[in-house]
Amino acid sequence: MPKIKLPTKQPFIDMTPMVDLFSILLIFFLLTGTFRAQEPAPVDTPFSISEKPTPDFNNMTIVFSSDNRVFFNIDNGPDTLLKFRPKILECVGQRFNIEFTPEELRKFEKYNTSIGVPIEKMKEFLNAEDPSLREALQTGIPYDSLNNQLEVWVLCARQINPAVMASLKGDARTEFPTVRRILDILQDKNVNRFNLVTSLRAVKVEDTENK
Amino acid sequence: MADIGGAQETGKKGGKKRRPGRRGVVRVDMTPMVDLMCLLITFFMLTTAFSKPKIMEIVLPEKIKKEKEKEEAPKIAKSRTLNVILGPENKVLWYTGAVDDPKNPPPLQVTDFSPTGIRALLLERNRALFRKIEQFNNDVISGKIKMPLDSIEAAVTRLKKEDDTGPIVLIKAYKTSNYGNFVDILDEMSIVGIARYAIVDINWIEEQMVEKTLGITPGSAQ
Repeated sequence: MPKIKLPTKQPFIDMTPMVDLFSILLIFFLLTGTFRAQEPAPVDTPFSISEKPTPDFNNMTIVFSSDNRVFFNIDNGPDTLLKFRPKILECVGQRFNIEFTPEELRKFEKYNTSIGVPIEKMKEFLNAEDPSLREALQTGIPYDSLNNQLEVWVLCARQINPAVMASLKGDARTEFPTVRRILDILQDKNVNRFNLVTSLRAVKVEDTENK
Repeated sequence: MADIGGAQETGKKGGKKRRPGRRGVVRVDMTPMVDLMCLLITFFMLTTAFSKPKIMEIVLPEKIKKEKEKEEAPKIAKSRTLNVILGPENKVLWYTGAVDDPKNPPPLQVTDFSPTGIRALLLERNRALFRKIEQFNNDVISGKIKMPLDSIEAAVTRLKKEDDTGPIVLIKAYKTSNYGNFVDILDEMSIVGIARYAIVDINWIEEQMVEKTLGITPGSAQ
């Protein structure tokens, strides 16, 4: 009796629906997500019940980390053609008699994370190729009364973009006197309205006394 | 059919034998594509942020720069004043009224940021307004009051403005308190719906009161 010859082919799973599914997921993630900006220092923002989202533009952010370093960030404005970032750097440079080349200004425009470099080191920072070297230069913007560069940044930002709003993004463990100092600097420049960047935490309040 | 594997019948008609798998639809192996998709999705999931960070608005009063204007500091009723001092290690200290006699300051009460701590205290003092706001919000949700969404916030602000029984909270920060405490106390203000609060610089009498209550020696506080 002859043996029944079974076909010796491998089972073949059709992957096409899986590819379809993954494409849809991929498109979904691409459209819904925004890129997470890398902060030069770890910042754990405090929690609040506020549900207002951060504005997309006209927003200058002052970031302070728990080791009392201060960083500054500003967006390019509602239209990238406005090129607020290079203009602000130019303005700050002028006040410290530092001339930036167009190439350096272009680099600053593209570099969209917070800047924590004293203005004297800015050229070195912008021309550095090595990311670790850049990180070493992020020593924070000086903000003491002798060398108050933060003030100049705020002033220039408001000159170039009058519609700018101030946001404070700080680590919850920062000591209060640092915060007070930053608030004072901003108030000296007539910035009295602040947005504090926080993470959302829902809170339910129970009114214990009977109504 | 899509299947062109070896299962096709071979050479039934006549003498010519057809080799299997020559004709028909070519099947493309999709597995590497699935691998790639998986990698891309993982990458995007890890690098994107879905929830935008939230903001809490605060408006500070303008700084008084001229000496002449300094005399016009607003006067507030002592009985409604609640002084909240942010202390070290997430402690909150409070007293009512004002310091009349620096040699004999009012006792400080120590509490914390838990729901039974400072929130319970603020809620008790601000219950009338809190209920009003809650009632208003419920009415909006249940449809008793009909108003456009963008004017709800303004209506709540009006309720707060009309209130004249709730406490006036003066927030002061001791030097070793941190930014998290500061945001927490502002958050408590909005949770409980306090109508009037201000951020005030701490004075030396209050600093001493904190040090005395918590048993800190002034030199070691830094």
